[in-house]
Amino acid sequence: MSGKMLFYILKRALLALLTIFIVITVTFFVMHAVPGNPFAGEKAISAEAQAALEAKFGLDKPLPEQYVDYLADIIFRFDFGPSMKLRGRQVIDVIMDGMKTSAVLGLIAAAGAALTGVILGAVAALRRNSILDKFIMVLTTAFVSMPSFITGTFLLLIFSVWLGWVPANGTTTSGLILPVITLALYPMAYITRLTRSSMLDVLGQDYIRTARAKGVPGWKIIFGHALKNSLIPVITYFGPMLAFIVTGSLVVEQIFAVPGVGRAFVSSITNRDYTMILGTTIFLATLIVIMNLVSDLLYKVVDPRIEFD
Amino acid sequence: MLKNNKPFSLHLNPDLFTPATEEDKEYISAMRPSSTFFKDGMKRLLKNKVATISAIVLILITISCIVIPMFWPYAYDQQLGQRPRKRPDSSYNNLAPMQYGETELERIAEGEFVFPHLLGTDSQGRDYFIRVVYGARISLAVGFFASIIVLIIGLTIGSIAGYVGGKVDLAIMRVVDIIYSLPDTLVIILLSVVLGEVLNLEKTILERIGTNIISMFIVFGLLYWVSMARMIRGQILSLRQQEYVLSARATGAKGFWIIRKHLLPNCISVVIISTALQIPNAIFTESFLSFLGLGVNAPMASLGSLASDAVKGIRSYPYLLIAPAVVICAIVLSLNLFGDGLRDAFDPKLNA
Repeated sequence: MSGKMLFYILKRALLALLTIFIVITVTFFVMHAVPGNPFAGEKAISAEAQAALEAKFGLDKPLPEQYVDYLADIIFRFDFGPSMKLRGRQVIDVIMDGMKTSAVLGLIAAAGAALTGVILGAVAALRRNSILDKFIMVLTTAFVSMPSFITGTFLLLIFSVWLGWVPANGTTTSGLILPVITLALYPMAYITRLTRSSMLDVLGQDYIRTARAKGVPGWKIIFGHALKNSLIPVITYFGPMLAFIVTGSLVVEQIFAVPGVGRAFVSSITNRDYTMILGTTIFLATLIVIMNLVSDLLYKVVDPRIEFD
Repeated sequence: MLKNNKPFSLHLNPDLFTPATEEDKEYISAMRPSSTFFKDGMKRLLKNKVATISAIVLILITISCIVIPMFWPYAYDQQLGQRPRKRPDSSYNNLAPMQYGETELERIAEGEFVFPHLLGTDSQGRDYFIRVVYGARISLAVGFFASIIVLIIGLTIGSIAGYVGGKVDLAIMRVVDIIYSLPDTLVIILLSVVLGEVLNLEKTILERIGTNIISMFIVFGLLYWVSMARMIRGQILSLRQQEYVLSARATGAKGFWIIRKHLLPNCISVVIISTALQIPNAIFTESFLSFLGLGVNAPMASLGSLASDAVKGIRSYPYLLIAPAVVICAIVLSLNLFGDGLRDAFDPKLNA
């Protein structure tokens, strides 16, 4: 590893840390800018109970002090404080409970999308202008134009309401099939298009012609040269893909009633559970920033031609 | 001896110059009228069948969104079962397409003409067709205005960064880097939640649009300009290095002339294309937020909120999902395809 590269990694890591810090700061102050009392929606409570509640959530302290406490709790104890609406539960526990399901859902969707996307894209590029290529392109164009709540509800309607093949409830393993497909469709279509265009680009390169001229067998050219090099742009999409899956899971978990982080987040929004909204936003944002960092670094490592700047 | 004071002057013989013949003149006359860049691009665009069809679909949807509410006999928030001083007539709720409510059936029996409910009614007894039309209207308006906001902010900041350069550029690009790495959807959700509480629009013109839509515009203005600014900065930086700019400068052209005659015309196609491709993005975000209940305020409808309502009753009334789903897919698909067509037609440097 060269010094230049180390410097680059350090620089990017610092930028990511700065971003996370900004996210925490902005979300904290924005959330606390909401006027009124967070407990106002509940039954009329006595002044003592009110004071006790405020003391419990640290709301009696001045705002800068609350901020420092909150920041210190996150950094040193990975603690986002108690939930305001779910009695006796810590925000981080709710998130971690949800992550057990959401992580499985997201990772399977990501892996499936990457695998099928690359295969379809490569096939489309190798059979350029064939009927198969056109079919794949039409299909993927349609998929990138459909919001995931549309594909999700249609899958739900067809496969569980009409056909009854899988349960509509995402609490069981078979119930997770449709959510995974819904989450994977858009990134799959995007990766297919990305792979196809980058593969076409690579297939026109001189080194492919040289390999052909030397008499290298076709499959070796495809797997050894073409596919390997055309995957480089696909790697850059990994970060955005995971970000898409994280935000997409908000909708998908809602539709299929999957007990994940996304559903917890959406219900915390409807319940106006401020500590929960704050904690989940920071958690998911940190996740996305780290994913983006990893995919960016991976991209630079994989392709030695790219300059570090 | 002839003294030659100017050793390098050309001694031309005027006798060698003869008038051009008719044949010579014909040789240099234009074969066909010269074409501008815009005309060329339009020609290429019209040749692209997919892009033309998408444009027609978009125009049709836009016109129907404007025209249909003018003559449609039902309003988007009119609960048809509502009767003065009586309990609402529940026979109007959840009508299937082309069905009528009880009092309407009586009127038809009397030989009166009752305008049909093309797509039935929703659970509140509101005509569903007009709600879908209003939903499409909201989605299109959000997409259009959001990308205008993005265009204005991105163009200004991007061209300042690209043209001024130096420390200003460095500072702007650091800010862009940070905003770029923020998870936008999460920030939008957060800001929509908070702005919905903070903004007070009562008794202003903006009240009918709703705080959520306004906060969405604010968020678009705050976050989405960065990729536009980045791209315009890159364009201006690379254009400034071009030889024709150098030669213009060498022949004494001033800054404003260079911007007007060289930088802007070469930037404009990229700007238009990325603005066009920004619209479906905004529509996606709006419908996503509406689906989560953070979009338009009831009784106003958006395609996202209509789909969200339809999901709640999907077992009993699945047809309520189809209309908003088809419209939103048609809008986004044709915007995407039209944007691709624009790019192919107006950006000769991209041969993707």
